[in-house]
Amino acid sequence: MFLWVTVFLLVCIILTIIRILLGPTAADRLVGTDMLSNLVVFAMVMIGFAFNEVIYIDVAIVYALLSFVTTLFVAKYIGGGKF
Amino acid sequence: MILNIITYICIGIGCLFNLLAAIGLHRFHDPYMRMHASTKCTTFGGIFLIGAVVLQSARIWVSEGSASAQSIMIIHSVIALIVAMLTSGTSSHAIAQAAHRSGVKPARAVVDDLEEDVRNKEKQ
Repeated sequence: MFLWVTVFLLVCIILTIIRILLGPTAADRLVGTDMLSNLVVFAMVMIGFAFNEVIYIDVAIVYALLSFVTTLFVAKYIGGGKF
Repeated sequence: MILNIITYICIGIGCLFNLLAAIGLHRFHDPYMRMHASTKCTTFGGIFLIGAVVLQSARIWVSEGSASAQSIMIIHSVIALIVAMLTSGTSSHAIAQAAHRSGVKPARAVVDDLEEDVRNKEKQ
């Protein structure tokens, strides 16, 4: 059951990747990347429950934090100004 | 039995809202409106998806007894949900400010407070 949820989330991820490739401005691509990382976190939790492995959920937590830092850095780069 | 039905309903709501976020990312035509679709719908769908995981883990935990490892899965899933909720809102705030500074103005906007603030600072 939870593996099918993961497959469904993969469809959403593919739609998001299409938006990242099409996006006219850099801000559009950054919005798509932010949503992509959130979807990957939820898919990892689903996989972790389906295979009964807690370590996948730990990986999801670390992935969420690292993608947050990456998004902040790219946003600072797009906006310009001083660090 | 009734726990399984509640789990299916939670999974349905979560999948629906994640799909709506992915569709809204294509239907809207401005970074700010896309952010409105992606951030809110993904957070709301994720609450229900991880709620389904917590319900099923609690069911297995009760049936296996207190020596089961499912309690660790419940705690870690809730931590993952809290981290996702915190980072989603904060990063969308940063993206909005960066998009406004990079020159992408909201289309057909009536009130633009950030623009007025920047203009007032330049005057002073």
